[in-house]
Amino acid sequence: MESICTENLCKNYGTVKAIDNLNLSVHAGEIFGFLGPNGAGKTTTIRVLTTLTRPTSGSVSVGGYNVKDEPDKVKKMIGVVQQHLSLDRDLTVRENMEFRARIQHLNASKRKQRITELLEYVELTEFADKMVDTLSGGMKKKAAIVCSLLHEPKLLFLDEPTVGLDAQARRRLWDFVRRLNKDGTTIFLTTHYIEEAEVLCDRVGIMHHGQLIAVDKPANLREKVGSIVVETLVDNKETHYQFFANRESANAYVKGLPADVKTVIIRESNLEDVFIEQTGEKVGGQ
Amino acid sequence: MNLFSDIYSVFWLDLRVMGRHWKSLIATSLVLPLLYLVAFGYGLGRGIDVDGVSYLAFVIPGIVALTAFSTSFNGASSKLQVDKMYYKSFDELLMSPVSSYAIIIGKALIGVLRGAISATAIYLAGLALAPTLLVSPLSSLIFLMLMLLSCFVFALFGVMVALLIASHHGMSNFSTLVILPMTFLCGTFFSLNQLPSIAKAVLYFLPLTHSATLLRSTVLGLPFPWLSFVGFLIFGSAFFIGCVFALKRSSV
Ligand SMILES: Nc1ncnc2c1ncn2[C@@H]1O[C@H](COP(=O)(O)OP(=O)(O)O)[C@@H](O)[C@H]1O
Ligand SMILES: [Mg+2]
Repeated sequence: MESICTENLCKNYGTVKAIDNLNLSVHAGEIFGFLGPNGAGKTTTIRVLTTLTRPTSGSVSVGGYNVKDEPDKVKKMIGVVQQHLSLDRDLTVRENMEFRARIQHLNASKRKQRITELLEYVELTEFADKMVDTLSGGMKKKAAIVCSLLHEPKLLFLDEPTVGLDAQARRRLWDFVRRLNKDGTTIFLTTHYIEEAEVLCDRVGIMHHGQLIAVDKPANLREKVGSIVVETLVDNKETHYQFFANRESANAYVKGLPADVKTVIIRESNLEDVFIEQTGEKVGGQ
Repeated sequence: MNLFSDIYSVFWLDLRVMGRHWKSLIATSLVLPLLYLVAFGYGLGRGIDVDGVSYLAFVIPGIVALTAFSTSFNGASSKLQVDKMYYKSFDELLMSPVSSYAIIIGKALIGVLRGAISATAIYLAGLALAPTLLVSPLSSLIFLMLMLLSCFVFALFGVMVALLIASHHGMSNFSTLVILPMTFLCGTFFSLNQLPSIAKAVLYFLPLTHSATLLRSTVLGLPFPWLSFVGFLIFGSAFFIGCVFALKRSSV
């Protein structure tokens, strides 16, 4: 079953093609990662998929419903954690949850039950009645996530969920996402962290200037460019990358290098290499 | 039935926020109208007559109208502006199954509440200065209804402007260039009968003029100004339609 399906989707802002002819399908039950540098069009894609932004052309279906024709059906089945904190900072965590539960049409007893349950799930119970601004960055993020889970969405969008978190908080969040996914939630997340896409996602789509330039399992993507990379520093300034299917052929290549090439690194390839191979640019920008 | 509970859900959030700051919100909204009341009504107004009544009695309903106007407008627009631009929490409403009608009315209600509280307080302060303005229970009830109607129309105006204007800078320009002149010119402090007919015609195209006329006629015991009433309802409908348009423009 396809959870998300777009056909020839485009979104222009003036002359900027934020989304350029996107054909994407996300399967129900998977963790799908949308990887790309800043400005690639990740947030715009999420905004279109979640009814916030009208596409310039193309069609979008989410959970089997056409977003343009049946936005209300879509809205009921999705949860969205935006890139920027979208909590009301004049309220406490619990009040924010209460509000979000109300606008999702949960009745009073269901609201109470879900709020208690979720606060425990993310260990925020003792912070529930604190003002949002008094929480740490990681706790704010968790609060934002539970706010979008109150109505038990089948499909959860996470826009750069780990930006600004320290390494430990980031790993805890990954575990949390895996746990949600195990419990049956399809996850669509965006990131510009290579590692995040590799370790967390079942499949990864790579975005560049609004275009989807590759989509597959992380291992398959790496295999396609070559599992082993040899990095050589030329004239002490520019790094050259050479890809190989296995260590043997990489070693043979290194042996044949001229003697004046000094720095040589042999390592396994990663999604960053895939990105560089496809675009000639780095994910982190130049 | 979902409409009413949705409206309340939207209002609920703003009510909670107001609950934290209500004393200062009400106090600050009263400063300017109280100064007007003292300076224009009490200081200047004694001994002058306008349209056959004392200036004090003339100006008090005008100040009530401008209080309803500015407090409702600012109350609704400022919270929405913050939700939209700084907290981004307005996006959450747009992504929820709450209908646009419920969003518009729910977001207007905080303006209605704040406007009604402030305008009532100013009316009571006015009564202390000019006890002759105390009218029969029926007229008082009509006065109250008209005041609430005014607050609702002006709050819708605030919602519409906050939805249409995309920056804090634009909002503050709008306040200075449109809202402030309106509070002074729309028959609040002087009678439109004193103006050349062209100026009068222009001012009839501003909503506060009609609100001031309606409130003043009720407390002064003048015939009910049906034309202003209808005109004011047309303004209200136009603002509501403007809100629907502004919301449709942004999302699906
Ligand atoms: N509301 C907007 N108005 C104009 N341009 C926009 C708007 N939103 C995004 N863009 C442009 O669209 C492109 C993609 O942006 P975005 O989707 O935010 O990228 P990402 O989330 O991958 O960093 C960028 O060039 C950005 O400047
Ligand atoms: Mg983004």
